[in-house]
Amino acid sequence: MINPFEIMETINMIREENLDIRTITMGISLLDCIGDDSNICSGKVYDKITSCAEKLVSCGNDIEKEYGIPIINKRISVTPISIVAQSSGDYVKFARAMDKAAKEVGVNFIGGYSALVHKGYTKGDEEFINSIPEALSTTNLVCSSVNIGSTRSGINMDAVGKMGNIIKDTAKASEKDAGFACAKLVVFCNAVPDNPFMAGAFHGVGEGECVINVGVSGPGVVKCALEKVKDGDFGVIADTIKKTAFKITRMGQLVATEASKRLGVPFGIVDLSLAPTPAVGDSVAYILEEIGLEKCGAPGTTAALALLNDAVKKGGTMASSYVGGLSGAFIPVSEDAGMIAAARSGALSLEKLEAMTCVCSVGIDMVVVPGDTTADTISGIIADEAAIGMINSKTTAVRLIPACGKKVGDTVEFGGLLGSGPVMPVSKYNCSEFIARGGRIPAPLHSLKN
Amino acid sequence: MKAIITVLGEDRVGIIAKVSSLLADEGINILDISQTIMQDVFTMIMLVDISGSTSKISDISEKLDACGKELGVSITIKHEDLFKSMHRI
Repeated sequence: MINPFEIMETINMIREENLDIRTITMGISLLDCIGDDSNICSGKVYDKITSCAEKLVSCGNDIEKEYGIPIINKRISVTPISIVAQSSGDYVKFARAMDKAAKEVGVNFIGGYSALVHKGYTKGDEEFINSIPEALSTTNLVCSSVNIGSTRSGINMDAVGKMGNIIKDTAKASEKDAGFACAKLVVFCNAVPDNPFMAGAFHGVGEGECVINVGVSGPGVVKCALEKVKDGDFGVIADTIKKTAFKITRMGQLVATEASKRLGVPFGIVDLSLAPTPAVGDSVAYILEEIGLEKCGAPGTTAALALLNDAVKKGGTMASSYVGGLSGAFIPVSEDAGMIAAARSGALSLEKLEAMTCVCSVGIDMVVVPGDTTADTISGIIADEAAIGMINSKTTAVRLIPACGKKVGDTVEFGGLLGSGPVMPVSKYNCSEFIARGGRIPAPLHSLKN
Repeated sequence: MKAIITVLGEDRVGIIAKVSSLLADEGINILDISQTIMQDVFTMIMLVDISGSTSKISDISEKLDACGKELGVSITIKHEDLFKSMHRI
């Protein structure tokens, strides 16, 4: 029999430290739904999603009960709709079909209302991007992402400029919900095709017909483990995080393998990200503070985060046969109690967040900015974040919510896993001329690195 | 299939009796049992074989939960593989 202390460690992780499987995400290819009649195509999209994912939720619930592991979300990601619907047009119809299918099978989000325009856009891509505000404000569960840059192709600055306006329009279209639709829209550089986490999940074109990807969680477990090594130096801290990440990931691997077996769908990857929730004790910011910072955002935060992110990957990689997705610590402001507190007290600024994104996944995430922030300023923030991703060969993203009518100091409530966000100040200096240039920032050099 | 049952809470008369009679009624065989006081908490750990039971693990879990409430303790049942995967390579 397994050692009683090990048994109790697992029981405590689940009972006291918020250990859970954050998401089982089924990736579904919609490439076989392409055609020139939008009614027929969107009908095929609905049919394919509902037939592939028919048992996803019940299977997740069965595993949850049998293994005694909380599985918080069951989700779906699909082939980017800009590709699927480009010959038929009428994009919003596809968003509605996705929304209806997601509700039918009982998942809580469906991702893939996406476009990949990192080098340039086709006519269809442009029309698709224009449809995002309507698609997100007239559906409930559909999530959207746009990839505007990559290390290999540079940054499509025309798309960056456009996305500033799209984010503003999306906020306006969901004004009555304080711009909530923007929480379902991510702008990426180096987007990954197998990410199980929302809002940025989509099923890339190099992926198989249908796969199961799993995202684990566990900031609370890491923090509790670190509380036991208060006097340890950084070697001890890194080691403790690695061991904890290993255990968390093994649980993710177990669930992924079991779900894949039961659903008869191949196992894709386990995403090693430490994903926080607004629940107290499930915060990445509190881990950083446990390492020795008075508040997240204090000098030393970037170094602490770099250590955390790297140790999580080192521990997790050995625990799973296939690791992928975003795999790193998430720092979404509104979804993390410690980040909310740090932003509210002024310890954490947008600029510090940007520095932190250089060493972790994913980017400026779930940040609420004043409603009067201009589209160009948002584009400027996107460009900065994309530049970090492009130069460092990593994924970066921006998920900003310009909350209509709100100003610095106000708070916007999203509820549930999306939490609540204090409105953070943005630089008052203008970047309009920079954004207006348009064109493409060339791909970076990969030698002479200093 | 093997599962691990844990009982945590304040020690009192009849915890083992009550839990084991529930398991007997369900046709669940107890393979190993250990009991200790861990950080002042009564901790009982049982390794059981539930393949002889006609009930689903989720139903057993609900019954154990109700039994735990009656006794003022917390009872969980989890698949053995969860512990094996986390603690054994």
